[in-house]
Amino acid sequence: MSHFLSPVFASGFFESEAVHIALGVGTLVAVVTGVVGVFTVMRGQSFAGEAFGDLGTTGGAGAYFVGVGPLWGFVLGNVIAAGAMETIGVQRARGRDLATGIVLGAGLGLAALFLHLYTTGHSTTGATVTILFGSVFAISSSTVPLIVLLGAIVLAITLTIYRPLLLSSVNAEMASARGIRVRLIGVLYLLALALAAALAAITIGTILSTALIVGPAASALRLTRRPLTALLTAAGIGVGAMWVGIILAYDSYHWPPHGTIWPVSFFVVMIVFVTYLLSGLPEARRRRRADRTPSESSAARPATAS
Amino acid sequence: MVNAWEVASIVAVVAGVVGFFTVMRGSAFAAHAIPNGSFAGAAFAILVGVNTLLGLGVFSLGGAMTIGLLGRKGRHDVATALTLVAMLALGALFVSLLVEYAPEVYSVLFGEVLGISPNEIAPTAILGALCILAIAVLYRPLMLSSVLPEVGEARGISSFRMEMLFLAVLALATTMTVPVVGTLLIFSLMIGAPAAARSFTDRPPVAMALSVAVALLIVWVAIAASYETNYPVGFFVGAGSAVSFTLGRLWATWRNRRTGTTKRERISQSPVWGEHTP
Repeated sequence: MSHFLSPVFASGFFESEAVHIALGVGTLVAVVTGVVGVFTVMRGQSFAGEAFGDLGTTGGAGAYFVGVGPLWGFVLGNVIAAGAMETIGVQRARGRDLATGIVLGAGLGLAALFLHLYTTGHSTTGATVTILFGSVFAISSSTVPLIVLLGAIVLAITLTIYRPLLLSSVNAEMASARGIRVRLIGVLYLLALALAAALAAITIGTILSTALIVGPAASALRLTRRPLTALLTAAGIGVGAMWVGIILAYDSYHWPPHGTIWPVSFFVVMIVFVTYLLSGLPEARRRRRADRTPSESSAARPATAS
Repeated sequence: MVNAWEVASIVAVVAGVVGFFTVMRGSAFAAHAIPNGSFAGAAFAILVGVNTLLGLGVFSLGGAMTIGLLGRKGRHDVATALTLVAMLALGALFVSLLVEYAPEVYSVLFGEVLGISPNEIAPTAILGALCILAIAVLYRPLMLSSVLPEVGEARGISSFRMEMLFLAVLALATTMTVPVVGTLLIFSLMIGAPAAARSFTDRPPVAMALSVAVALLIVWVAIAASYETNYPVGFFVGAGSAVSFTLGRLWATWRNRRTGTTKRERISQSPVWGEHTP
């Protein structure tokens, strides 16, 4: 049995505790981010997910500087960011992009300062890379309960506000006309996103965390229209990417250059990216078929909004 | 130290000019994404042992073109986000393959202006001049396509081609500015300064000049402060951009309240744009 598996799973894979933690945490995080991500993509707020990644950097760098675990920094940084974005947010999408960008710049500058202060005080210099690109194999077992708690909170929020969130994400005016408190729902969703982004950051790093939030969700929404199916598909893609990423990263110890592993985050992001590109194929094929038989297709299929 | 002032000034001018169009076109996201492609390029260049500017340039341009092309098919923001992250992931890979990486990584991400050598002035100046030249040549069609794309299309100016050209210029600007300000912070200079300028005036030439002036001010203050405190330049650039942006917004709000008109009304009344607004 091990002979058959050994090309895929390098020796020691199943016994390593770091791998167990990585797989467990990775699965939970992938599910959480996939679910929240679907709403993020629906609301066209991919840039916001990006913003949390960057401001999480500020939080993580601050946490290192203060001497606390990075996850706390990610959570605090993201929650503050959510509050700031909710306050600054303007009606015009362009305005929101600019303001978000400015906040990002200030936050990253602050992160630069924290990291500078941290590294001048300590001998280790890997903090920058760990914060930015993650280290899912380095998650200590003491952090796991917090991760599980945060994941549970995000899922609880999402499940509780599922219907009004779905409605206000698809059509805000109609939701508001039905008496849904769109603003409140938006704030709760933003909080859930902030926490999800923090969880993504601890696994694949802050500036790559957007991939887990936006990628599987965007792919899922290209493949299906039904919300529940999209949620499940997004979670599934995320979990798949995580598992394959962890396996490949573990194996890469034996790849050139020998002795270091390729980052898990690299594999996860690439898999997510390729999945997104592939998810566009069914639609492209449908469009090509529609071009060939215009009269039939336009009767059978309502106009698709892209 | 003198090198730092010269190079940084060139960077500020380019950031002010290119940033002006970035803000006008609402391309803040692309301005955030392209530098991340250049991070991968810088890391690759260090890994392979090639000139950093070359790595920066190739990856910036590649990233810009990918963003432009992908933006056509799917949702614009998702495509850009994923391309950005894929570029960064590549950078993460290259960085992990380097044996000694930490200080280099830090300076590519957050900038390193005080360690600039004299032979970096020339390439930076040349690339900067190319950027300015490109903007000067494209000025009219780019303006029209940015503000009134339908009119531009009617006159034969393809929005898509303008977008690709602008993204190419953005990539070029990124390539030459990243060694100074860092990939993570160049975009804050590129949008903070012009956004502040546009709060004061709507007329494009004035706004562009003011954008350059604000950028120069931010960069000079950042270098001086960094020299004094030894804190990274990027920190001061980020903070300075935020302060400029906020001041601009406050001014705009105060002025609106005083005159009782909104920006839209003022635009339609202004001599430059009034005749074009529908």
